[in-house]
Amino acid sequence: MTEVGGILQNRFGENLAFTTVDNVVNWCRKSSMWPMTFGLACCAIEMMAAGGTRYDWNRFGMIPRGTPRQSDLMIVAGTVTLKMATRLKRLYEQMPEPKYVISMGSCANNGGPYWRFGYHVLKGVDEVVPVDVYVPGCPPRPEALLYGVMKLQEKIQEDRVFRRKGETLGSLAGASMAAEASS
Amino acid sequence: MDAPALHERIKEQFGDRVLHFEAGAAQPWLVVATDAIAEVCAFAKATPELALDNLMCLSAVDYPKETPPRMEVVYHLYSYTHFHSIVLKVHTPREDAHVPTVEGTYGVANWHEREAYDLFGIAFDGHSDLRRILLPDDWIGHPLRKDWVDPDFYNGMHVKPTQQMADRSMAGEKLGVGPFDVTPPNRHVPGE
Repeated sequence: MTEVGGILQNRFGENLAFTTVDNVVNWCRKSSMWPMTFGLACCAIEMMAAGGTRYDWNRFGMIPRGTPRQSDLMIVAGTVTLKMATRLKRLYEQMPEPKYVISMGSCANNGGPYWRFGYHVLKGVDEVVPVDVYVPGCPPRPEALLYGVMKLQEKIQEDRVFRRKGETLGSLAGASMAAEASS
Repeated sequence: MDAPALHERIKEQFGDRVLHFEAGAAQPWLVVATDAIAEVCAFAKATPELALDNLMCLSAVDYPKETPPRMEVVYHLYSYTHFHSIVLKVHTPREDAHVPTVEGTYGVANWHEREAYDLFGIAFDGHSDLRRILLPDDWIGHPLRKDWVDPDFYNGMHVKPTQQMADRSMAGEKLGVGPFDVTPPNRHVPGE
């Protein structure tokens, strides 16, 4: 949990803790991201390796779910065909808010090897759903996927629970990414 | 039986409906009349000395530059009884391509023929369920034909990438996490 400055912290005895709602809620969210495992191609093998004992994404509180209704995070791992893209969009819409998307691998990022001659492949999953983190690689190693997950955790930690009217999660996320890029 | 013997046996039964035999190929093949393919397959499976009981593969090829332009459907047959194999081919015109189904003899041909129909637009007469198998039902056209041209969009999604999309990818905008600098923890660094 990031340090919260202020005069209240650590000023009182045991069993009393002061922090912000943002901090606690975001900490809960980022520590229990349940991914919907959207394994579509060879990237799915690396994603499974990330979930296996060696890399073990359970230490991030990630428990793979088989249904969008119980998922917070969709890891699009693999080649998204145009036929699958329509299903993917529907499954994304079935996920409850707040929801996040990791685009894993070159195919999901921008079509990869099917960029020019793949008549059947979507040129990047961000054509149909908003993407939070792109993980490059063909396929990315499990370390790379976990790095992407950690980047997403940083992003979630910067989120605010109470938002100004009209402000969407996406615009907030974009703002935070811009801030990171400029620093 | 070797391939020439298989050819002889089929030729004996069907006469001039076997149009051509190529023994020198890696997988010897013979061309049969298009309207005879179902009968040839049934015969090849039912005759004990042939016993070609397995349709290993059914594929199609587009030859737009031949005269006349044609498509071919290729049948790879194999016998689990005698361990021999033969390849059958039939020709069909590119426009209005029609081939009789062999589904009645080889059940597996159901999906294979749907695939050939999906990607090449060859209609298999007598097929019990001839519809697309890989591409979406509302797809227009048959992409493995040589004259296929990518459409710009399918249901609002780009099929052909635009210059703008290319620029965005090349600029690294899609690397939302910034320059990717992860060092795998198990990487060996010399001198450390």
